[in-house]
Amino acid sequence: MLAIGPAPLAAERLVAALSADEPERRGIEGAVVTFLGLVRNHNAGRRVLYLEYEAYEPLALKSFERIAEEIHSRWPSVHMALHHRTGRLDIGEASIVIVTASAHRADAFAAGRYAIERVKQIAPIWKREHFEGGEVWIEGAIADPDDEMARMAAERAACA
Amino acid sequence: MRVTVRLFARLREIAGAAELARSVEPGATVGSLWRDLTKEHAELAQYERSISSAVNADYARMDRTLAEGDEVAFLPPVSGGCW
Repeated sequence: MLAIGPAPLAAERLVAALSADEPERRGIEGAVVTFLGLVRNHNAGRRVLYLEYEAYEPLALKSFERIAEEIHSRWPSVHMALHHRTGRLDIGEASIVIVTASAHRADAFAAGRYAIERVKQIAPIWKREHFEGGEVWIEGAIADPDDEMARMAAERAACA
Repeated sequence: MRVTVRLFARLREIAGAAELARSVEPGATVGSLWRDLTKEHAELAQYERSISSAVNADYARMDRTLAEGDEVAFLPPVSGGCW
């Protein structure tokens, strides 16, 4: 349910795994939310050509596990699947898919939003933006899984 | 003691390598290893206040004492997911 690697993402498979296609889960979930992060053709006024994602994969997986545990304690009814892609991604391709399933829609939406905010905060993954005229590493959050202020900000975004 | 250093993204480019083998004295910490690296590659120093670190693929603090064979990773600010 949690993975990182160069293979193209298959959102439908994750949806199937978390919803009624799985016999033992059939009837438990009432809502499945899928989030796809896609490569845009523009960023900060630049015309983007493609992105390259790099990861420290074993720690990225552990970060996903931590996020899944956080979600389990905050939204006990939610099940989540999360795959992140690495390597070169062209415009329009998906870099991340997050699927959350729950008995009710509010928890599935909130947990999905929480998951992407936390990935951006603590997963050791980097993107290099190749744009018209150059390339640049995008550097976002200082990764600190124990930063409770950051975690609460993700929770506020999820519950807004 | 021998340790392996893993560097990612811009840090990897500055050092010109994704992986380095280094010898450290007993009692060395993640922080002292980082300072050694900034002496080799002055450009790394700009990340002094923004790097995270991991030992054997678990997040670790800069005061963590190193052991023989440890894999120490230095991580610039992250940007996974989408924009």
